[in-house]
Amino acid sequence: MSNMMYRAAVLSTIMEEMERDPNVVVLGEDVVGGMGTEGGPEAIGGIWSTSTGLYDRFGATRVIDTPISESAIIGAAAGLALSGKRPIAELMFADFIGVSLDQIWNQIAKFRYMFGGKTRCPAVIRMAYGAGYNAAAQHSQSVHQILTGMPGLKVVMPTTPADVKGLLRTAIRDDDPVIFLEHKALYATTGEVPDDRDFMIPFGHARLSRAGGDVTIISSGLLLGMCEAVADKLKGEGIGCDVIDLRTTSPLDEETILDSVEVTGRVVVVDEAPPRCGLGADLCALVAEKAFSSLKAPPLQVTPPHTPIPFARELESAYLPSVDKIEAAVRRVLAWR
Amino acid sequence: MQLSREALLAAYRQMKIIREFEERLHVEIQTGEIAGFTHLYCGQEAVAVGVCEHLSPADKIVSTHRGHGHCLAKGCDVDDMMKEIWGSRDGLCKGKGGSMHIADVTKGMLGANGIVGAGAPIAVGAALASRVDGPGPDGLKIAIAFSGDGACNQGTTFEAMNLAAVTKAPCIFVFENNHYSEHTGVSYAVGTNQDIASRAEAFGMKAWRADGTDFFAVHDTMREVLEYVRAGNGPAAVEFDTERFFGHFEGDPQRYRGPGELDRIRATRDCLTRFRASVKGAGLLSHADLDAVDDDVMAAIEGAVAAARAAARPTPEDVLADVYIAY
Repeated sequence: MSNMMYRAAVLSTIMEEMERDPNVVVLGEDVVGGMGTEGGPEAIGGIWSTSTGLYDRFGATRVIDTPISESAIIGAAAGLALSGKRPIAELMFADFIGVSLDQIWNQIAKFRYMFGGKTRCPAVIRMAYGAGYNAAAQHSQSVHQILTGMPGLKVVMPTTPADVKGLLRTAIRDDDPVIFLEHKALYATTGEVPDDRDFMIPFGHARLSRAGGDVTIISSGLLLGMCEAVADKLKGEGIGCDVIDLRTTSPLDEETILDSVEVTGRVVVVDEAPPRCGLGADLCALVAEKAFSSLKAPPLQVTPPHTPIPFARELESAYLPSVDKIEAAVRRVLAWR
Repeated sequence: MQLSREALLAAYRQMKIIREFEERLHVEIQTGEIAGFTHLYCGQEAVAVGVCEHLSPADKIVSTHRGHGHCLAKGCDVDDMMKEIWGSRDGLCKGKGGSMHIADVTKGMLGANGIVGAGAPIAVGAALASRVDGPGPDGLKIAIAFSGDGACNQGTTFEAMNLAAVTKAPCIFVFENNHYSEHTGVSYAVGTNQDIASRAEAFGMKAWRADGTDFFAVHDTMREVLEYVRAGNGPAAVEFDTERFFGHFEGDPQRYRGPGELDRIRATRDCLTRFRASVKGAGLLSHADLDAVDDDVMAAIEGAVAAARAAARPTPEDVLADVYIAY
């Protein structure tokens, strides 16, 4: 095991997979950085430090620094994938999917099915998402809500450095398109990561990060840590929380969710995206449909309100879910009679 | 360079196949037997064939909304394509794609596309894949982005040209100017004085222009363009001036056409008529040679339609085939 940052887990996994498979190619804005400048290539190495050193190691044919052209980046990833390569495309901010959505939604996601299963599209699209930096409405969003609803995409949102390692390797070796969502506020977090260069975590297997048996809290990404804090606090009061880290929103691990809810009968879904037609609504519907007889309280969701993300510190704090908001929701479902 | 008798016959046959495939669909669609939207390529055959006859299966093309001609010219099977358009489970895409989404990656045909302008970035990606592989004995494998005068106005096309230029990707942007983007004329929709190739030149690319209704002009131009791009000089572009004999889609009343326009372009700008006149005039092929090809093609199309009619229909269970997960 090695102790490493979330961002280092991203970079080292890409590095290892590029060493293993000459068909793995990286492309995106400033993934090299400094191209066409006096400072020279690698002056940046990716704004999240998730591609530092790749260009020196693998050169310009496999580490393709692109202009600010999100449609061209994702479209080129599609063409690379249909031509036998395994592209890892980076969108600097998840919010930029809007610029490139046709290539994600109408192209990459549909090729396998629309072409009769005769071709696969092994593209990974990485993007940094999430709020907490006062980056406001166009640089803070959580986009899994939009992408999970699109048939043909696998959507991954790792919480820990170990999960980054295992899930990103699975994504790169997968023959279908994978959206890989990296939370900006988690990049500098650290954790123990297996050294095995074949360490992989299969998609569709959630992680039970706390086992308690009285209430089920479901989340993924930055907010999972808040859910764990609530669970740890309530444990002191003799209340046991199951905390489920989804890891992937598609495929969805229904079994782990339903197994927990059948024991607890009480559910809180905690999500960083807005409430309507999102993960919270989706999972509340899931337990209502498939675990109705086990429920002892209405399932609740804790999400931001249905507004764009505001800028000012006070406003963003008020907008986001918090430990207090999650705790209040958990107490509400526990108190339901 | 003089084409051999065999090459001339093959080119004529391929153009005739596309023509009769489309003419037959035009008739069959009116019976209501074929579902969905269909956009016919009739009139532009010399472009698809004059471009694709130079390519190997390892060279890639990305096609358009009006893609049947590109698919056939790049080697997609006639029967399997007809079955796909009929919606059969034995079709090229098992009845999941239909007219607008035909692909055969094994032939280097990366898909027709229902989204106008979506193809150009995908072609750049295919060209970047060739750059990873490096040149073979005949130079670099190339990728071709077919675009119409409609797609040339999409931002994706501009982004793709810029990305190809800065990465020196072996990509060729083939613009087929048939003078109509859907129901709108180029004089209104194309801002650069109707000159599409100049847009590629603005990105620093070398660009060619040729008459897309003259097979020999297309053939000779593409030989030059391919030599330039395979040698590693980066991307290039060609604009072919061509004609669309039918509407934007089947059922389009074409009220935007001028008086006598369709008769005039059929009479003066038909690439097949022009080909026949050229080869007969030069004494390269005879009436009998060409008529024999015509007979052969008509039988092939008849056979394809009969096969499509008789082909297996998909079942409700097929809806869930070829997905990684279903909810």
